[in-house]
Amino acid sequence: MPKRVIVVGGGLAGLAATIRAAERGIPVDLFSVVPVKRSHSVCAQGGINAAKNLKGEGDHPDIHTNDTLFGGEFLADQPLVQGMCRDAPAIIDLLDRMGVPFNRTAEGNLDFRRFGGTLYNRTAFCGATTGQQLMYALDEQVRRFETLGLVEKYEHWEFLSLVLDNDQKTRGITAMNIWDRSIEVFKANAVILCTGGPGLVFGKSTNSTINTGAAASRAYQQGVWYANGEFIQVHPTPIPGADKLRLISESVRGEGGRIWVPKNKDEKREPQDIPDSDRDYFLERKYPRYGNLVPRDVATREIFNMCVVEGRGIGGKNVVYLDVTPERSGQKPEVLERKLGGVFEIYRRFKGDDPLKVPMQIFPGMHYSMGGLWVGYEDKGDMIVQMTNIPGTFAAGEVDFQYHGANRLGANSLLSCIWGGLESGERAVTWAESDTAEADSSVYGNELKRQVEFADKIEKLDGDENAFKIHDELGEWMTNYCTVVRENDKLDQLSTKIDELEERFHRINLSDTGRSANKTFAFVRALWDMIQLARPIVKGARLRDESRGAHYKTGFDIQKPEADKIGEASDHQGYRDHCAEIAEKWGAKFDLPEKKEEISPEFQEYMDKWVEKERQWNKTTIAVYKPGPDGPDMSYRDVAMTVVPPRPRIYK
Amino acid sequence: MPEKITVKIKRQDGPGKEPYWQTFEVPYQPNMNVISALMEIRANPVTADGKKTTPPSWDDACLEEVCGSCSMRVNGVARQSCAALVDQLEQPIVLEPFTKFPVVRDLMVDRSSMFEALKRVKAWNPLDGTYDLGPGPKVDPDTQDDMYSYAKCMTCGCCLEVCPQVNENSPFIGAAAIGQTILYNTQPIGKALASERLEAHMGPGGVGDCGNAQNCVRVCPKDIPLTTAIAALGRQLTWHTIKNFFLR
Ligand SMILES: Cc1cc2nc3c(=O)[nH]c(=O)nc-3n(C[C@H](O)[C@H](O)[C@H](O)COP(=O)(O)OP(=O)(O)OC[C@H]3O[C@@H](n4cnc5c(N)ncnc54)[C@H](O)[C@@H]3O)c2cc1C
Ligand code: SF4
Ligand code: SF4
Ligand code: FES
Repeated sequence: MPKRVIVVGGGLAGLAATIRAAERGIPVDLFSVVPVKRSHSVCAQGGINAAKNLKGEGDHPDIHTNDTLFGGEFLADQPLVQGMCRDAPAIIDLLDRMGVPFNRTAEGNLDFRRFGGTLYNRTAFCGATTGQQLMYALDEQVRRFETLGLVEKYEHWEFLSLVLDNDQKTRGITAMNIWDRSIEVFKANAVILCTGGPGLVFGKSTNSTINTGAAASRAYQQGVWYANGEFIQVHPTPIPGADKLRLISESVRGEGGRIWVPKNKDEKREPQDIPDSDRDYFLERKYPRYGNLVPRDVATREIFNMCVVEGRGIGGKNVVYLDVTPERSGQKPEVLERKLGGVFEIYRRFKGDDPLKVPMQIFPGMHYSMGGLWVGYEDKGDMIVQMTNIPGTFAAGEVDFQYHGANRLGANSLLSCIWGGLESGERAVTWAESDTAEADSSVYGNELKRQVEFADKIEKLDGDENAFKIHDELGEWMTNYCTVVRENDKLDQLSTKIDELEERFHRINLSDTGRSANKTFAFVRALWDMIQLARPIVKGARLRDESRGAHYKTGFDIQKPEADKIGEASDHQGYRDHCAEIAEKWGAKFDLPEKKEEISPEFQEYMDKWVEKERQWNKTTIAVYKPGPDGPDMSYRDVAMTVVPPRPRIYK
Repeated sequence: MPEKITVKIKRQDGPGKEPYWQTFEVPYQPNMNVISALMEIRANPVTADGKKTTPPSWDDACLEEVCGSCSMRVNGVARQSCAALVDQLEQPIVLEPFTKFPVVRDLMVDRSSMFEALKRVKAWNPLDGTYDLGPGPKVDPDTQDDMYSYAKCMTCGCCLEVCPQVNENSPFIGAAAIGQTILYNTQPIGKALASERLEAHMGPGGVGDCGNAQNCVRVCPKDIPLTTAIAALGRQLTWHTIKNFFLR
């Protein structure tokens, strides 16, 4: 049989994987539930990071690596992050050559803006529709390969499962044609899953409605490890909405947007009439260096606290102001319009106000999953970059767990999608070329039969439960109990709730049994998988008794000493020992500064606790599927640390 | 504030089936849009006269007017339904699928012909490869601005739906692909294929079939300067023809 690669998903990661694989001359079958050009990646607004250092700031890929690791609280495998950041400038060049209309400086060079979690202007952008522009450029390249006969698209086809042979080796996939509900087997030597994030598991989010996470869940239920599921990024600044939380990009703050609430709780004036003296710019007040551009998890918790704990949201409600009016951001209206027009359009259309005149109103919302399918991190032994624990199954993009650790920095995702996509395409081809074994033909038939039987089961659902209601409840519970602040007793209740929802699933009434473009059927099919995927997320959160990045658990954070008591970690002996152990384990060489000063007793105590917590928890969570309320089986793996030693994450 | 809104939907159970109309009543919510109304109907598919029915099918994804999925006729106007706010619509809100594309079911249509058109005009840069080949050419901010205005086309199909020249008996390629032709003919690298793109527009179905009715530019949700593109492409074609004539 001639070699073939299957790519599932046509967002940025999937398109990048397809292009690289096709370029190497192996035919690719590309599957997507929507025409690839409509994938969720088009929603990305703000930009893509690369330390091109075109602003004379002395930026460097190694500083980018360091910012990414620090921002993710050292939970990412370091060699991979380093590889990505080092290749980032070349990726921007590639996109530039593809024709992406990046914003330019007067001289015609690429322009860069500042994003959260860094002090450098490192983000290339196309107005406020960067994702769309990158997608279209890649989409056109894929179309070029289509005309060359190297890519075949299966749009409106939904991935249902991997086909695995008796050695658990990947042999292809099964997929359902959404327009007529037929199920077929497709053979391949390697499969790359690029199916994006699981926003719908949380009901309302900033994600597109197609981001169910079902594909990831299906692979997980077949044995692919699900890693770091508990790390869910809640974006600080979406517009609350009944059907969707529409994102207001971090780039608004990158261009000078400022977050505030009135100092007076009972303020009655219109926001534009409130002078600065009566405004509390609380992020600037608490973080004088990073200001409004602290990392997302920090900004989100501050806004959440301001509203939910202190009750100081606007008019007592869960919203705060984001002010990017020319007076407050210090930028000319026409410049703001040129750089942020895409975001303003969304606000004007859906809220009816003009952000150039009136401060926007925003509140945090579920945005991104750092967790995802486990993929390997080095070419040693059985581990291959971007390959999951199932031989021949790869993953890339938001669906993989790599690159962002416990918290993703803004504009790093588009980068990781393209880098991971290209890498996975490359590795999958190499894998396919060396794959000689032929699977027994019964392997395909058996998997097809399993999927047809599952479809039949769903078709026969004629109970009294409403699938959409079950989904609403799942979303509400996940959002309330498993996002910004987590508590163990609430997580236990949530776990019980998931059991209940799973039980009720079997009593759903499928309101449509037709074959033609039956979206209800597809939704119910995916709902099962959403419920299954909720478990590793919740159990991961329940077991992780610490706070790290986006995962914040009440009672399990170490109180930081007052700013003037904070010293250098390298002056703490326990810290030095911890770093030495890591260096030895990974064969790394870390250059710690000489031990200089005595540290305050408060900092000593803080560091003692910090080192203890690191020893226990600086580990990747691995969930292995096991059906029912007891599942999944959880274990922890060491994080590869070869570049920099971890250090306490304190932003000033 | 109304308590309920009325939505009338033109339905069709599958390709080639007879269309029929159904009316639904949906509880009103502030800031509602057409998709959120459809989601209510989907969760409780009962018609205004109390008959249980199947949930209507439609396409959506981004819900913020950037993916191009949710095109339909809303009160007779071709547009993105996710950005059609109920407060700004007359009732009953009448929803119909596009008429210039084959219906898949209910409000879903098959727009794959638009993607085929992009192949025909080779709307891409001819790259040597994805490896590190250095930066692209410098581009002045005005040219970048120009390209950006075309690059936002989301292949939603509104411009084709309203075009009198697009119909069952005509091979006309439509305004969207004309815009993309101009985009890639402006691209510093894309230019290399300019004459191939122009050739693709010679003969039946090309830009010459445009009757200049200008409906397209009026409905485009992304404000693509379509008539500018049509005029520019006309000029480029004229030059191309003259050049060909003298070279022959
Ligand atoms: C509003 C918003 C703004 C953002 N802005 C930025 C930004 O400025 N910078 C940044 O770096 N990141 C940003 N992000 C994050 C970033 O956009 C995403 O993480 C990224 O686009 C994910 O790309 P992907 O290729 O992994 O997946 P997606 O683009 O989500 O694509 C998934 C693909 O998989 C397909 N698929 C899914 N399930 C199946 C199935 N079962 N069968 C077949 N196909 C399937 C889909 O059809 C789709 O083609 C933003 C995110 C949001 C929500
Ligand atoms: S100007 Fe041309 S493309 Fe536009 S609607 Fe008229 S005939 Fe169609
Ligand atoms: S040109 Fe405008 S109307 Fe036509 S497909 Fe593109 S975005 Fe839609
Ligand atoms: S759902 Fe994307 S444009 Fe309407």
